[in-house]
Amino acid sequence: MGRITLERVAKRFAEVEVIPPLDLEIEDGEFVVFVGPSGCGKSTLLRLIAGLEDVSAGTIRIDGQDATGMPPAKRGLAMVFQSYALYPHMTVRKNIAFPLRMAGIAAEEQERKVTAAAEVLNLTAYLDRRPGQLSGGQRQRVAIGRAIVREPKAFLFDEPLSNLDAALRVGMRIEISQLHNRLKTTMVYVTHDQVEAMTMADKIVVLNAGRIEQVGSPLELYRAPRNRFVAGFIGSPRMNFIEGDEAARHGAAAIGIRPEHIAVSTAGGLWRGTVGVSEHLGSDTFFHVNGTGLAEAITVRAGGEVNLHHGDAVWLTPEADKIHRFDREGLRLA
Amino acid sequence: MATAHARGAARVMLSPAVVVLLLWMIVPLGMTIWFSFQRYGLLSGMPPEWTGLTNYRYFLTDPAFFTSIKNTLSLVGGVLAITVVGGILLALLLDQAFWGQGIVRVLVIAPFFVMPTVSALVWKNMFMNPVNGLFAYVAKLFGAPPFDFLAQAPMFSIIVIVAWQWLPFATLILLTALQSLDSEQLEAAEMDGAGWLSRFVHIMLPHLTRAITVVILIQTIFLLSTFAEILVTTNGGPGTATTNLTYLVYAQSLLQFDVGGGAAGGIVAVILANIVAIFLMRMIGKNLEA
Ligand SMILES: Nc1ncnc2c1ncn2[C@@H]1O[C@H](COP(=O)(O)OP(=O)(O)OP(=O)(O)O)[C@@H](O)[C@H]1O
Ligand SMILES: [Mg+2]
Repeated sequence: MGRITLERVAKRFAEVEVIPPLDLEIEDGEFVVFVGPSGCGKSTLLRLIAGLEDVSAGTIRIDGQDATGMPPAKRGLAMVFQSYALYPHMTVRKNIAFPLRMAGIAAEEQERKVTAAAEVLNLTAYLDRRPGQLSGGQRQRVAIGRAIVREPKAFLFDEPLSNLDAALRVGMRIEISQLHNRLKTTMVYVTHDQVEAMTMADKIVVLNAGRIEQVGSPLELYRAPRNRFVAGFIGSPRMNFIEGDEAARHGAAAIGIRPEHIAVSTAGGLWRGTVGVSEHLGSDTFFHVNGTGLAEAITVRAGGEVNLHHGDAVWLTPEADKIHRFDREGLRLA
Repeated sequence: MATAHARGAARVMLSPAVVVLLLWMIVPLGMTIWFSFQRYGLLSGMPPEWTGLTNYRYFLTDPAFFTSIKNTLSLVGGVLAITVVGGILLALLLDQAFWGQGIVRVLVIAPFFVMPTVSALVWKNMFMNPVNGLFAYVAKLFGAPPFDFLAQAPMFSIIVIVAWQWLPFATLILLTALQSLDSEQLEAAEMDGAGWLSRFVHIMLPHLTRAITVVILIQTIFLLSTFAEILVTTNGGPGTATTNLTYLVYAQSLLQFDVGGGAAGGIVAVILANIVAIFLMRMIGKNLEA
């Protein structure tokens, strides 16, 4: 079991309110991702759940039980830190066994669990090494190993992949998702990388300056962002925002259209512009089109074979039913 | 310093300094060795003459020699024990956030700046004196007879005085080490169910081992040659109760005016210090590698 409920939870550091009161429900077995720009309070929120920070107000319930004043160890949660926080003077084996040792579990039982965890995480060959003798990805796995042997009610991850290179990050992302499928334990995962959020989450919580902007499944957020912040944050490359007359024509203060929902043509279309920077990724090409008079640049996605050059004149046509309309406050109009 | 050329140049550049340092060390050492083989008393009025190992024989068979070795070891050991344990406790305290932290830290470091002779005199006359001392005053307050520290527990008293001077050093080194500990490690241990004591034993103490070895090494080097505190407080007495090796050499050459005997004692002290140094280096080498 691992149901976490936050009721009117707030956090203040001295006089600065980092997290205004918020409510959040995390269901048992869910993979929840907190995502938001740097400094928005993701880590703080995670640490509040872990018990590493005291809440300034509100109640945290774990499986319905009030855990607000509980010390971290009593909450039955395991955390994987961004810096991994491995114990440098202990071997991998001892690192993974540490929580078991602290719980006073018999040596044979410890050994059995460590071996099992090492097998799951492909660490068997490294059990007698120290963290300093491991690569970043291996350290990451040790940190996860240390978390899973405890069989916690929920895992808390604080940007666990941000210290890894791009290729390894994709690999570990899949490994963590597989781990979740196998263990079916609640996972709360903090990241500022929206690709990680989209690919891993059952439910995404978008945070901005400590406030929850929107909670929903990745596709819900993609299809129906509640406001401009979420619309701009989810999706890569970013959604294009257009204000002024063009927006007024749609009866809105601003309209948003994603790069993948705009067709490019050299023959004709709705908006005219010239190609500025083009980014060729092989599978896709992103063109930054200038001079449309709508916004400084409009990003569009085209197929990998489309070949346009700097300065070429192009026509852009948005898919009419994919246009998002926002009011003056930035809220999305239905 | 990657290329052979750069290494060669570096050697040439360094050689003047190395030569000066070598002379600086070799000349006094050579002279001491030379004197240690001479019968050279300042009172006899006779010119120095070669005596071979006689000085060494006298020095090494002197009952005061063994007492002085024992005293040296208990002084070094006692001070190390107090400063390391006390230093860790103080460092743990000072690592906490509290009001007036800056001032308290300066106060803690203060004893290190007091000269050994001065601090020994202050301890002797203002604290440990059985008539005027603060401890005697406190004892009288409770109706107990005053305790004459320097007469009844001379070695203990000197250990306390020297430890007081070195405690700030140990505290400072250990505090910096403690502050370099990644707080996420402590938080991870906390989440892993480690209580305060477990965190101290399993996380903080291993992190501190390096700093502790450094404290032990540096202090041992200085403590082996403790002298001022003894001269000022007990003059090596009562009897030879607080005579350490350094003080014995002093007594031999400058109280008995026996330059040859003193020199022999000095050489013995150098040899013993080197033995200790080899042990320490081994121990530290092991600790610093890991
Ligand atoms: N101990 C503290 N004292 C005062 N302010 C703090 C403290 N910890 C965090 N803050 C502030 O709280 C805000 C949220 O910090 P937090 O670490 O939760 O951000 P984050 O969303 O995790 O950012 P990042 O993506 O950069 O890790 C920041 O503005 C930060 O300055
Ligand atoms: Mg963070």
